[in-house]
Amino acid sequence: MRIGVFTCWCGENIARHVDCQKVAEAIRNLLGVHCSVDYKYMCSDPGQSMIREQIRNGKLTGLVVAACSPHMHLKTFRKAAEAEGLNPYMVEMANVREHCAWVHHDREAATAKAIDIIRMAVAKVQQNRPLAAIRVPVTKRAMVIGGGVAGIQAALDIADAGFEVVLVERDPSIGGKMAGLSETFPTLDCSQCILTPRMVDVGQHPRIKLHTYSEVEAVNGYVGNFKVTVRKKARYVDITKCNGCGDCWNKCPQKKNLSEFDFGMGKRTAIYVPFPQAVPARPVIDREACTMLLKGKCGICAKKCTRGAINFEDQDQLITEDVGAIVAATGYKLCDIGKDEGRYKGYGEYGFGRYADVIDGLQFERIVSASGPTGGEIKRPSDGKTPKSVVFICCVGSRDDAKGCGYCSKICCMYVAKHTMLYKHKVHDGQAHVFYMDIRAGGKNYEEFVRRAIEQDGAEYHRGRVSRITEHNGQLIVRGVDTLVGEAMTIEADLVVLATAMRPADGVESLAQKLNIGYDEYGFLSESHPKLRPVETNTAGVLVCGACQAPKDIPESVAQASAAAAKVMMLFARDELTREPEVAEVNEQTCAACFSCVRGCPYKAIDEADITDRQGRLIKRTARVNPGLCMGCGTCVAICPSKSVDLAGFTEQQVYAMVESLV
Amino acid sequence: MSETQTKHDFEPKIVAYVCNWCTYLGADLAGTNRLEYPPNIRILRLPCTGRIDFNLIVKAYEMGADAVLVSGCHPGDCHYTSGNYHARRRWMLFRVLLEGIGFDMRRVHFTWISAAEAKKFQEVVIDITEQTRALGPYGDFRKLLEAPVC
Repeated sequence: MRIGVFTCWCGENIARHVDCQKVAEAIRNLLGVHCSVDYKYMCSDPGQSMIREQIRNGKLTGLVVAACSPHMHLKTFRKAAEAEGLNPYMVEMANVREHCAWVHHDREAATAKAIDIIRMAVAKVQQNRPLAAIRVPVTKRAMVIGGGVAGIQAALDIADAGFEVVLVERDPSIGGKMAGLSETFPTLDCSQCILTPRMVDVGQHPRIKLHTYSEVEAVNGYVGNFKVTVRKKARYVDITKCNGCGDCWNKCPQKKNLSEFDFGMGKRTAIYVPFPQAVPARPVIDREACTMLLKGKCGICAKKCTRGAINFEDQDQLITEDVGAIVAATGYKLCDIGKDEGRYKGYGEYGFGRYADVIDGLQFERIVSASGPTGGEIKRPSDGKTPKSVVFICCVGSRDDAKGCGYCSKICCMYVAKHTMLYKHKVHDGQAHVFYMDIRAGGKNYEEFVRRAIEQDGAEYHRGRVSRITEHNGQLIVRGVDTLVGEAMTIEADLVVLATAMRPADGVESLAQKLNIGYDEYGFLSESHPKLRPVETNTAGVLVCGACQAPKDIPESVAQASAAAAKVMMLFARDELTREPEVAEVNEQTCAACFSCVRGCPYKAIDEADITDRQGRLIKRTARVNPGLCMGCGTCVAICPSKSVDLAGFTEQQVYAMVESLV
Repeated sequence: MSETQTKHDFEPKIVAYVCNWCTYLGADLAGTNRLEYPPNIRILRLPCTGRIDFNLIVKAYEMGADAVLVSGCHPGDCHYTSGNYHARRRWMLFRVLLEGIGFDMRRVHFTWISAAEAKKFQEVVIDITEQTRALGPYGDFRKLLEAPVC
């Protein structure tokens, strides 16, 4: 071994407290050290040139740079070594600045410690082996989970860039929550008018494969090479035969099922298309409501269908998709404030679920929507009367630690202002009241929008909370307080709309576990870094966008979706990925196949494998690391009882050599 | 070390096994903030506390360490999601074992120090150094090794 040791002064930073010349002198006599020099700035151009010259002339096979933290400059020096043909993994750094010169002011002790630190690095580099970067091929095909506005945007962006996309949606149609909204703030343009063309684009895109009424069952593999198992739920309708004529759902006798799309404000049949502009515009049979499936009687839809598309024997199917990247865009739901649920405490005092005329924001959207169950006329659910007085309550659940959600749901202030406007535009003699905690209208044209609701459309805003809602002769009595006036107040209302907290969609935790990504205490998916890596997750190749990451409005969801799509395209711009080779490897000769490491691995990167002879007979079983998945934490090394796993870059030999050098 | 050396001027040797992402960076930050601490500690960088095989701790005593520190990311903060949980679980068992054989538990330390906790790193190092200095050199380890197995 011919090791070169380069001690940096870092100007005065190291040299002030460490005698660099003395250090270089002391190290020169160590076994295997070919040269030991000190210099003012190793990372500068002349410093690096000197190192490269020494590698070239001294035919060095290992390099120790005693300078700053490896987090600062290890890459710099590895690159320099690589340029001279020395394997970059034969370079180690000794941290004599942050861990020595900057924290010890006794020059003698600091110098002695610096020598110790460099000795450790020299001992380690003697055990280093050249490593080659791992190359893995990339499947240039992406999966988007969730077909709301974020998922649609991400899918279209990736597909328009020329890559195939598999879009998985849990509901029978894509569109998500946005498809059910009436008009959107702050422009009041019709939600369906802007979204449905995008949905059609998805449905007709030659590079988008759509799996609706489907869920992700399992995820295997790693960045560039995921294998995702998708459960296609039995639809009981063959969508390749069906032409969406509507004969089936028009004749279905089961007409009294609550429509999920209308958030329970409207009814639907047992065989149904969630809404007229659905993509795909093909029906699905609700197995909980269809009498043919429940009792074996009826079958009218099958008789009416001229194309023989109805199949009562349909079964769930499991299909596997190979993809290189996954975008999670699973969206949100509204907090079910009527009842207690785990950490979330209900708002029994508001009577949601008890009084028909206490509804949530999304239900109100359906009542004002032109495509809604009332055809856009504002009628209250209990008796169909036009409400002349409506109370909107903000922050129901949100910003309320006592109820389990400490966070701000961000969109409610804006949609409540929108609701008051839409209401006033339809019921000219009506009065809207709003109870709020603060108005958070940050965003382009948002504050102006709220002012318009108050000043032009006459919404009465009361700063304060509502304590109780009771019912009296068909009227809702809302008791609250206006803290700016300093008075308790009672309002008789015909309708109460609660702006309830946004929560992540159901089942997001189990999806996060399948994807091996993190989520916070509320279930929102965790990004890799809140500022600099806002759409990446801690698992390479898995991205997040939209309201599954945190409450956000449509423009933000769309922006984030495009960001996630850009990250996918970055990944697909290359034919293969290179990864750090500092990963674990199993000695298959000594592995006793106890598979403790398989259970311990945080990345599911270790598989159980068979070693067979040429005839295919089993010789032995062994653990085997998938280098594409391994992140190099080394947990398996410490777990293995027979010392059959080792971690390149931090091998047992390297670490023990370092400890032994401390004598 | 001479026979006449008193406990007072004894300089302990302390070995620290730290993870690359939290405690190592915490120590880096201590440097950046110029937080002074005694020079008795030798830091070994490993990717994760999950990588720290507790044989390494034994090895450190064998090489003459007077105290050992193991430190990594706080629970929930692990760069590798759950490596530190494995380390914690292993530590619980290892501690029972050490206590069982009569090991002096004041000489082995386990802490969580994040990349932002430079001050905590400084305090921990000062604390351990002072404590170990007061305890004196760890000669009992040899005796422990040579003791008959019952």
